[in-house]
Amino acid sequence: MNSEGVGIGPLRIGEPIDAGSFMSVLEHRGLVPEWRFDTPPKDAIPEATTVLALTWADGVLMAGDRRATAGNLIAHRRVRKVYPADEYSAVAIAGTAGMAVELIKLFQTELEHYEKIEGSRLSLEGKANFLARMIRGNLALAFQGLVVIPLFCGFDEVDHSGRLFSFDVVGGRYDELSYATTGSGGGEAKSFLKSEWKPSLDRAAALSMAVEALVAAAEEDAATGGPDLKRDIYPNIVTVTREGVDEVSDSELAPIAATVVEGRP
Amino acid sequence: MTVPFYVPPEQLVKDRADFAKKGVGRGRPIVVLQLDVGILLIGENSSPSLRKIGEIYDRIAFAGVGRFNEFETLRVAGVRYADLKGFSYARDDVTGKSLANAYSQTLGQIFSHEVKPYEVDIIVAELGVEMDGDKLFRVQFDGTLRDAERTAVLGAGEDAIAESVKDSWRPDLSLSEAIRLATTSIEQVEDRRIDATAWETGFLDRAGERRTFRRVTVEEFEDAPEQ
Repeated sequence: MNSEGVGIGPLRIGEPIDAGSFMSVLEHRGLVPEWRFDTPPKDAIPEATTVLALTWADGVLMAGDRRATAGNLIAHRRVRKVYPADEYSAVAIAGTAGMAVELIKLFQTELEHYEKIEGSRLSLEGKANFLARMIRGNLALAFQGLVVIPLFCGFDEVDHSGRLFSFDVVGGRYDELSYATTGSGGGEAKSFLKSEWKPSLDRAAALSMAVEALVAAAEEDAATGGPDLKRDIYPNIVTVTREGVDEVSDSELAPIAATVVEGRP
Repeated sequence: MTVPFYVPPEQLVKDRADFAKKGVGRGRPIVVLQLDVGILLIGENSSPSLRKIGEIYDRIAFAGVGRFNEFETLRVAGVRYADLKGFSYARDDVTGKSLANAYSQTLGQIFSHEVKPYEVDIIVAELGVEMDGDKLFRVQFDGTLRDAERTAVLGAGEDAIAESVKDSWRPDLSLSEAIRLATTSIEQVEDRRIDATAWETGFLDRAGERRTFRRVTVEEFEDAPEQ
């Protein structure tokens, strides 16, 4: 890489960059976020855990617990794992928290950048494929134990349906029709959803099911935090419908969480 | 061996400026208006896909007249600059002033060093919290950077259009009234009727959150009162 290409400013004309790709700008300027370790400091790095996504009548929703752990410790209680990616999609990530947050920011910027340069949004499929490419880019780290696995969902503006995608560590991308989970409590949440999920749930039922799946995961997995009614900590939930992305407020979730916790066997 | 003719620098700059001005003066005009409700950018554009007005960042819009490929190059470079800055620091750190400055430097450099100067005139509009915080920066083909107050007009017939726009401009115009003001001003000066579908718009909406740039909807356009 030539030294002229490195850094942020000034404004540059005629750089050999793929039109519409922010990642390609970063590559050209030598600014792609990178993590390199000889031996990864595994237990010192906070990890984010259970996230899930499910389809319901009007679209899709995604939920995540709020706990991050480092080894045996609870590192953070109010971590956010579910984010809007753009107006019509959302992304949630389980795994090494610091990397996940940076990758989400990069993903959001890529989608916005493409939209501004090209004048139209990437297709939902295109967004999912780009996310898969980002995961693949960090494969070497995954083998060192620093894994980031996302879930991605969105409302397809062409065929007007909610769709959801899960991924694996090598960047494999899978269409899911009903629900998907990832993270250390993901297995528990998945068995809960397997017995409870039905097609065409209404909003209230879908929200309450997502919260209960997280509670079920928190009951079995020490790295997953359930709703903490005393500290006012509730899961992050984002819905994506024909109207776009909507973050469910804590005030709406508080009574749902209370009911779910109360009703657990 | 041939000896190049001596050309005095004054003449060189004048020739280049005349050349660029001619190109810009042929460009279809664009009107920019600061309003209580936001900042409106509007101009005639028969192409639905080759845009002259675009979003740069959360509260920053771009408009260019002149050669399409040249101001498009500038717009794309601006989006890269803004996204890179917002990604590296924070979204609030992307300002119209630094972008306008960067454009000014780049255009100045091209004007004096490249084979041919850019035939463009551009506006960088930045939306404030209130209208008093709005900023309109105008950058010309030679890198000249100026602040515009309240209204700005670029392109063919800009002086006459600016005159007519200024006369009827009020900060409390609604979006539809502002559209009507801009379109009739251009139509009067050009002395022809322009089809409603031929207008390209951009609007930095003060009621918007985060990304405030949007296109004016057909309904808002049709609501524009006849004068």
